[in-house]
Order: sequence, then C-alpha cells, then structure tokens
Amino acid sequence: MEILLAILVGVLYTAGTYMVLRRSILKFIIGLIFLSNATNLLVFLSAGLTAGKPAFVEDATTTSGQIADPLPQALVLTAVVIGFGLTVFALALKLKFFETTGTDDLDQLKKTDKQ
Amino acid sequence: MNSIILQLAARYIKALLMLFAVIALLRGHNHPGGGFIGGLLAALAIIYYSFAFGWQKTILNLRILPTTYISWGLGMVSLSFVPALLMQQPALKGHWVSIPLGIAGTLKLGTPLVFDIGVFMAVIGVTLLFFFTLIKNR
Amino acid sequence: MTAIVLPILVPFLFILAFIAIKSHRIAQALSIIGSSILLVLSLYLFFQVKDQGILTLNMGGWKAPMGITLVIDYFSALMLVVTAVIGLAITIYTLYYLPGQHQHTRFYVFFFALMMGVNGAFTTGDVFNLYVWFEVILISSFILIIIGHSKAQLEGGIKYMALNLIGSLLFLAGLGLLYGKTGTLNMAHLAEILRTDPQSTLINSSTALFFIAFGIKAAVFPLFFWLPASYHTPNITVTALFAGLLTKVGVYALIRFFTLFFVQDQSFWLSTMAVIAGLTMVIGGMAASAHYDIRRILSYHIISQIGYMIMGLAIFTPLAIAGAIFFMLHNMIAKTNTFLVAGVIHRSQGSFHLKEVGGLLKQNPLLAILFIIPAFALVGVPPLSGFFPKFMLIKAGIEAQDYLIVAAAVITAMFTLYSKIKIWNQAFLKKDPSSSQLNIRKSLWVPHLIPLIILALVSVFLGLFAATIFDYTMAAAQQLIDPSDYIHHVLNNQ
Repeated sequence: MEILLAILVGVLYTAGTYMVLRRSILKFIIGLIFLSNATNLLVFLSAGLTAGKPAFVEDATTTSGQIADPLPQALVLTAVVIGFGLTVFALALKLKFFETTGTDDLDQLKKTDKQ
Repeated sequence: MNSIILQLAARYIKALLMLFAVIALLRGHNHPGGGFIGGLLAALAIIYYSFAFGWQKTILNLRILPTTYISWGLGMVSLSFVPALLMQQPALKGHWVSIPLGIAGTLKLGTPLVFDIGVFMAVIGVTLLFFFTLIKNR
Repeated sequence: MTAIVLPILVPFLFILAFIAIKSHRIAQALSIIGSSILLVLSLYLFFQVKDQGILTLNMGGWKAPMGITLVIDYFSALMLVVTAVIGLAITIYTLYYLPGQHQHTRFYVFFFALMMGVNGAFTTGDVFNLYVWFEVILISSFILIIIGHSKAQLEGGIKYMALNLIGSLLFLAGLGLLYGKTGTLNMAHLAEILRTDPQSTLINSSTALFFIAFGIKAAVFPLFFWLPASYHTPNITVTALFAGLLTKVGVYALIRFFTLFFVQDQSFWLSTMAVIAGLTMVIGGMAASAHYDIRRILSYHIISQIGYMIMGLAIFTPLAIAGAIFFMLHNMIAKTNTFLVAGVIHRSQGSFHLKEVGGLLKQNPLLAILFIIPAFALVGVPPLSGFFPKFMLIKAGIEAQDYLIVAAAVITAMFTLYSKIKIWNQAFLKKDPSSSQLNIRKSLWVPHLIPLIILALVSVFLGLFAATIFDYTMAAAQQLIDPSDYIHHVLNNQ
C-alpha cells in the first residue's frame, strides 16, 4: 500500500509540476490543486499507515502498536481545509482577472514587472 | 435546468443531508466527522437544492445569510475560549458536563461541542459564500 | 500564563466585531482601540518575559509534546512589540489614506486577521501550528493585496498568490517528512531529538524544503521575484503593512528553525546562507538604484535588507544573531515608515514616480524631516536605529573572518545611500516639475503625519537607547544559541 501511494504521490507531483508550467492561468490553478493533493498525501504517507486500527481507545492499557496515530489525520484534514480555501480564492481571483482583462494567458502578465 | 425528478428528489435529499450533517457534527469528537465535515455536508445540501431550483431561488429562500452564519460561527468559537479563561486555565481546555438521561444513557456536553458547532456554522457560511459569489459572477 | 493567548484572541474578537459593524466611523475608532490594546498587551508580555523568563502555555491543557504549545521568549516578545507598534501606526494611517470608505470594515477584518496570523506565528511553538498561521497570513494578505480590484492589482495578486502558494506547499511537504522522521512537531521536542541525532543526511531533505519555503516567504535571492512584481500594486497602506511584517515572519521562522533544531549539517547550511545573504543584499541594492518609482525602489530595498538579517544568521555567533534581531526590529519600523512617507508624497503630489514629483522640501519641511529619519536610519547614520545593528553585524563578520560578506554589507550600504539620496534629490530638493499640469494637490496638516511621527520617534528611540535594546537582543540571541532553557521550559511545563 505504501508503494502504491508513494507512486501516486510521485505521479501527482509530476502532473502538478507540468500543469503549473503551462501558460493558462486555469491550468496553473489545476496544477496547484494537484500539487496540494500530492503534498497532503505525502504528509499522510510519511507519518506511516496503520490500517484497521482505532485512533482512540477507551482504556489506556493497549500498547502503541495497536492504535493508529491520529495526528497525521488531523494534520491532513487541516491542510485539506486550507487547500480548499486557497483553491477557491485562486479560482475567484482568476475569474475576476479574466473579467477585467479578458485574458487567461500567463505571458500577458508582464505589466507589473516593467519599469 | 428544470428537471421535475431532480426537484422532487432535491427536497428530500436536502433534508436527509441536513440530518446527516448534524449526525456527523455530533459524533465527531471521537469518531470520523466533526464540525468541518458536518458543515460541508450541510452546505452541500443547500448547494444541491440550488442545482435543482436555480441559485436565485435558493438565495431568496435562505433564512440566514452566509455572512450571518460566519459571524455566529466565529462568535461561538470565541465563546468556547471563555470558560477556560475565566478559570485561569490554559486556553481551550475542555470542560464537560454529564447529564444522566435515565434509559438513554448519559449526555456529555462540553466546550469542545461549542467549538465544533462554531466551526460547523462558519464552514456552512464560508462554503455558501464561496459558492454564491462564484456563481453570481458567471 | 493565560495571557499568552491574548495576542491571538484579541484580534480574533475584533474580526468578529468588524464583521458585525457597518458604520465606517465606528470601525475606524474600534480599529485604533484594537491596535492600542495589542500594543499594551505585547508590552505587558515583554515585561513578563523580562521578569520571569520564557513563558509557555499548553493549549487545551494537553502536555507539551502532545498538544500545541505557545511559547514566548525574548525574540518572540520583541517581535510582538514591534508588530503592535506597526499595527497602531497603520491603523492611524488608514484614517486618512484609505480610499473608499465602504471598504473600511472589510479592510479592518483582514487587517486584524493578518495581525492574528503574525502574532500567532511569533508565539507558536509547534511546526504545524506555524504552518496554519502562515496560511492565515497568506489568505488575509491575498485579500488585502487585491482590495480595489484594479487591473495591476489583480495581476500582482496572481503573481503573489502563485509563488507563495508553492512556498506553503513546500513547507507542508517538509513538515510531513519531518514528522515521519522524528514523530513530533513540537519545536522544543524536535530540538531535543535532532540535537542528539547523528543522522544528518536524512534530515537534510526536510531542511532543504523548509529553507526554500521560508526563503520564498522571506524573499531571499533566487526566490524573491514575487515581491517586486506585486508590492507596488496595492494601496500604499497595505504595502507598508506588508513591508513591515510579511517577509520578516519568514526571516523569523528561518532564525527560529536554524538555531533551534536544524543544527545537524550546520557548516553547509550556514555557508549556503552566507552566499545567499550576500547575493540578496547586493542584487536587491543594485535593482533598487535602477528604478524611479518610489514604491519599486523601496520594494527592492526590502529584499536587500533581508540579506542583512540572513547574514546575521549565517555568521551564527551571539553577536551576529543579536545584530540580526536588532536589525529586524529597526528595519520593520523604518521600512514601514518609508512606505508611509511614500504614501504621503503620493497624496500631496499625485504620483509615486520620482520624475513627476518634486519641491517637497519647500512645500512641507516637516515631511522632509520625517523622510530623513527613516531613510538615514536605513542607511545607518549613527544616532538613528540602523547604525548599531549594522555595526554589530559587521563587527561579528570581521570577528568570524567572513570578509566577503562584510564587503557585501558595506557595498550594499552604499547602494542604499545612493537610492535614498535619489529619492531625496528628486522628491524633495528638485523643483516641482508639474506646475503646469493639472494635479489635484491635497493639503497636508499635522494629524496626517501622526503615524509617521510615531514611527520616527521609535526609530530615534531605538537609536538613542541602543544599549538597552542591545542587552535585550543579546539576551534573545543567547536564548537562541543555547536553547536548553527553551527546551526545558516547554517540555517540563506543569
């Protein structure tokens, strides 16, 4: 399972990087979504997977091998929430930008870098 | 889009989703669920309704505006700080009250629940605000 | 210490109030009350730190490596005080310089969200919590940067968003890997584990990710391109706020992480940082001297001054770290002040471009003095605040025999002087070029300049009482160089 997820993380990072380097802003944002999901999976994966074990137990007699670590799940949940908010903001910004300028081309974004 | 089947289904699915959202909220302290997921489900119910009936009608039918949800939600979150601050304990320390309900077991109420309900409402508000802002601009 | 949570909680309550309030008059009054409360609070916390040493608070009563711990040491306390001073100056400034009164309440909502994020980042003792505060800062700054919705703002906003989002993703990836390797995210606990861990190569992957992430936030040399592309687009109030706070949070995180627990492959990281610091300084300084828009000059200045802070971290002696901290204190104040002066110039002359403004010395001598103070402080003229930190940094560099970086620092000071003289000559000494044009000249009177006066007085204060500040920054540096006290306080609390 770890191997599969690791490959998935790699694929998502590759796809995300490819999309981030495209010229369209929308594709750029899709790339960011890929990257953010890849990162969430990476956090989840690097903390170690424990399948089928509860995260909370009533009596504290069980040893550590028999319970799952709840922290990575909490971290990933928070990260997912933050990623959700940022993605929506990015989409709204793109929409507003498209309405104002009528372009979706990142190469047109040169005005603020000029002298 | 005007689909009778969707509109008929939407009324019941909305109610079901709302109920499910509340269940997710309440069981969320020690089980999967919680304020955020419950809030998303509740917002989803309203968004689903708007798919069937159009967003204009949905906005008109909203009893509480998204911004009101947000402010009430944040208000409840800040309320959950109060007991610990008053008792000179670390902030957000949980305080629990157990109410015996006879045959139905005991009802445990505590400050984390207040926090969770705050998150629940804030998430409903934020998600609806996102949704309606983006769809209005279309 | 329950009061530690208040620098986060108070802005939160004010956000709530601003969501509810519709009248902009009340909002303005309330914003000043809010930032005054924050200032009093941060001063109180500073003196508590002075009396009692490091303060800690375990959120929710969960013990240290398990729960989120808030920690305030000297470094955090000093940063909190400066943040509050800047916040107060900015809120007073908004009374006169924020266009569109209907925007006021919205501005204050996100202003206090930003303050909450910055205070949270300065007080937290948990890596993931730091990530959350970074995102709070990021989201509120996104919205502040595009308030007004002009074309340039949206374009700058997209650039700002793109690079900063990638920075946060790298932060999160580094954090996940770090948790996988050590099993903890509490900074003190990490320090305890990593300081005794001989496996340096494994941890370097996380270190690199964190370094790039904070490098993007702090705008160091190869990663700074979002800053000059976006900082000159928003309302000048917003730019001044960002200039004072945002990049410095990145520097704070760098100093905190690389003194506390990334001490494994230290010689490599410190020499990398020295190179980056030198390049950041020189390139920022050179770019600043090539521009004619005041905001662009000052934006590149932010970058070149970041180089000095990284330089202090790279030399890594107590004197150098103290110099870096002192430099941060001085720079946050003076940098915000120069941007506010730029805002006043824009208000009275209708332009930020140096070729279109002029004659301000005759029009408004007080403004000239108020420009001279932060400008000379940034250059490093003796009685003002910039001289002592620069002196400390250069002395530490010579003691450590890093002559190259000292040379870079001295050269950059020349560039700084050059571009300040350019602004002075063009905006203040030169005759007003636009006498024939139709420019709306708004009159200025003293109340408009109050925030500038406050910040200038703080600059002078930091210069005149440099010995006291030096003691505090040395104490902060000692706590950073030898974190056993920090670790002990966090892990053995209650």
